[in-house]
Amino acid sequence: MQTSKAQISSLQLEGVTKRFPGVLACDHVSIEVKAGQILALVGENGAGKSTLMNILMGLYQPDEGRILINGHETRFRSPNDAYACGIGMVHQHFMLVPNLTVTENVALGSKDFQSLLNLNLKGARRRIAEVSERYGLPVHADAYVDQLSVGEQQRVELVKTLCFGTRFLILDEPTSALTPQETDELINLLKRMSGDLSIIFISHKLNEVKALSDTVTVLRRGTVVYRGNTKDNSSQDLAALMTGHEVNLPHNACEDGCGNVLVSIKDLKVKSDRGNLALDGLSLDIRAGEILGLAGVSGNGQRELADVLAGLRKSVSGSVLLEEQNLLGKSPREIIDAGFGYIPEDRHDEGIVPSFSIRENLILKDFGTPRFRKGPFLRLKESEKNAEDLVHRFDVRCSSRETAAGSLSGGNIQKVILARELARQPKALVSVYPTRGLDMGASEFIHTKLLELRASGVAILLISEELEEIMNLSDRIAVIYKGRIVKILESGEATRPRLGLLMAGVKDDGGAA
Amino acid sequence: MRESAYLVFIILGAIVAAVGMGAIVLKLIGVNPFDVYKVILTEPLKDIYGITEILVRTSPLVFIALGIAIAFRSGILNIGAEGQMQIGIISAAAIALAFPELPKPILLPMVLITGAVGGALWGGIAGYLKARMGVNEILSTVMLNYIAAQVYGFLLRGPMIDPEELTVGSGTPQTIRLPRTAWLDRLIPGTRLHTGLILALVMAVLVYLLLWRTTTGFRLRASGAEPRAARFAGIHVERSLVIAMLFSGGFAGLAGAVELTGVHRRAIEAISSGYGFSGIVVALFGGLHPAFIIPSAIFFGLLLIGADMTQRAMAVPANMVLVLQGAIILSIVSAKTFLNDPYTKDRFMRRMASFRLPRRKKKTVSGLGQGGPL
Repeated sequence: MQTSKAQISSLQLEGVTKRFPGVLACDHVSIEVKAGQILALVGENGAGKSTLMNILMGLYQPDEGRILINGHETRFRSPNDAYACGIGMVHQHFMLVPNLTVTENVALGSKDFQSLLNLNLKGARRRIAEVSERYGLPVHADAYVDQLSVGEQQRVELVKTLCFGTRFLILDEPTSALTPQETDELINLLKRMSGDLSIIFISHKLNEVKALSDTVTVLRRGTVVYRGNTKDNSSQDLAALMTGHEVNLPHNACEDGCGNVLVSIKDLKVKSDRGNLALDGLSLDIRAGEILGLAGVSGNGQRELADVLAGLRKSVSGSVLLEEQNLLGKSPREIIDAGFGYIPEDRHDEGIVPSFSIRENLILKDFGTPRFRKGPFLRLKESEKNAEDLVHRFDVRCSSRETAAGSLSGGNIQKVILARELARQPKALVSVYPTRGLDMGASEFIHTKLLELRASGVAILLISEELEEIMNLSDRIAVIYKGRIVKILESGEATRPRLGLLMAGVKDDGGAA
Repeated sequence: MRESAYLVFIILGAIVAAVGMGAIVLKLIGVNPFDVYKVILTEPLKDIYGITEILVRTSPLVFIALGIAIAFRSGILNIGAEGQMQIGIISAAAIALAFPELPKPILLPMVLITGAVGGALWGGIAGYLKARMGVNEILSTVMLNYIAAQVYGFLLRGPMIDPEELTVGSGTPQTIRLPRTAWLDRLIPGTRLHTGLILALVMAVLVYLLLWRTTTGFRLRASGAEPRAARFAGIHVERSLVIAMLFSGGFAGLAGAVELTGVHRRAIEAISSGYGFSGIVVALFGGLHPAFIIPSAIFFGLLLIGADMTQRAMAVPANMVLVLQGAIILSIVSAKTFLNDPYTKDRFMRRMASFRLPRRKKKTVSGLGQGGPL
């Protein structure tokens, strides 16, 4: 290796403080990791985890406090300094160039493989082979990144970081884009690697934290509220530490029976962007006052189903009935007016207009109705009243209702979307990954609201990858595989392993595939 | 406090950069940049003629910049104002020449509206192509500029040329003079300042109301700010694009009609003379907001007149103003990038802090670099 890295036997952050205008992001935070340890850094969104790691990587400079490596104070001016010390980070969003090969990506990321006019691809390929072998991380060095699945891209990110000679690995919510199977694989892999490396694992998925880490540090609003061994705490304890109060994700009590079929999807065939049939004769009935969970590994037609239900994708054949009215082929506007509510997958770019104020986003669907319109003009007073009411009722945390909605945290954005959709009193609601990437507190709030909505007789389709979410909330669980429903289970019959098998396309003994 | 220091620093930096880039070019052509800047910025303000001429340039710039602002805010980059303006001029001239006997209260509005409609249709082509077939609007509007220029030149040289030019004149490509009933009045006798300026100010207010107070404006802005979210909310984004381009082209066409009826009073070559492009700079410099577009247009009016004067006074080509415009665009775009980048901001804050605090001795990374290879 050209750059020699010192063995890191301990890394400490001591009393690190970072202020942003109006926010104290980190308040005298101290953490410590020893060689071969896995530290889980947990906390809700905005607790200061990412800021702390950006300081460790040299992206931000702390206002106070210091970084100690092997007991020596060290300053990182840029990520290059951190790399030079053997610290590497895998970001939540992959930092790969999709139309280059794995080898090219690795070579681009490190000065070791670059001279003035030349990329040393041979050297990079050799290094990839070494790293793959050493850590048991098979990657196809000549594949183009955009041909790889999300799980494989994750592995490429790991290999890339390790190729830079990383001895100390930071992983920022590495499982947020992975399927349950890929997540399990990654966790096993990290466990194996920990013999050789120190790891900081940032997450708020507590079952992963429990499965992987040796020690845990809990951050809340910029301060450390707990530091200790992972095995001494249950997930419940950690959740309570994170949020500052007991967290009980609500369950669907399922006592009252559901009503008549409200939404009926029959034999739906839809093409994906690539032109193959993403939905191949999918049929589903959703009853009033029911939450129907749609479980499945992502990429099995969920996205296409959600798009069709929003009126944003054409179907090949089939029908979607809402109370006898066929909605297939109708425009998004007509579907909205028919009483369909929608919580889109990508809350930041599909659910809200980020640069619009909270007030404007709350009337995004209804600005044309008589309540908010007088002739060609908007009734600003009315929209202000509406915003005041909804922000209060849905507990949206914001400095002002004129704040750009895009600057809110994920949980608050989701509250804005939920407020808008629920205020319209929909007959049916499609909810796509409603709590993806949200912390416990926000998830709890959203789950409670969905259950309230169910109790008021709305038919809800819940599309999610989180089995726990689906099992907690659903009356019935439909499993989607390759564009068809393979099985519908009553919530009582569903267990994790059974759902896992169905999601992988293994036929159930019930046989009704 | 430190936030605003950063803002001021970036804005000052942008101004220095723009002025500096211009200065380098001026130095290269062998004149003293300070003298040139002084002439540009002060000479036009010395007499009533200069001031009214600035305002004469201001009106078309305001109209065009308003249209550009509507388009940009609706997510479509209209680079075709120059062509839309030419189509506006030629259609307005055609109507004025076709109905010379109509009374002024009927003919003048008709001429202005026709100019706007002509520009709107020309702009609408690019909007429709984008909405229906996803044709990149930057390419289509630029190409439509060339087509418009050819159509304009053809009509002035052929069907619409002043017959006297052919029989007794020099063959100058221009129409006959418009009837007096199609003239905008002069605001100050003896100058070229006309009532189009008032119309421009009224339009700025109307565009503000359109964008921020009407449902149409809400739809346009939502489509521009995040088309995916707009689609999910049931907004017909493609329709918004076409509407935006109709408005945008309409304002460029109106600029042409006003310039025609207020200043030249006959269609000649080069009436548009780059207003379509300067209008984009005016709109960006004015933050795509009508209230700031007005001062921005006055400022660029000053630059245009000032550059003319330096040509006469110091033999610096008036095209220098294009160099300045380019420098200003580069500076605006870079300043926005800096303002939006938190890392650069953080680095700036650190530098500031280290200037203020006494320097402490710090141990750096190189301090611990022993240890064997991996």
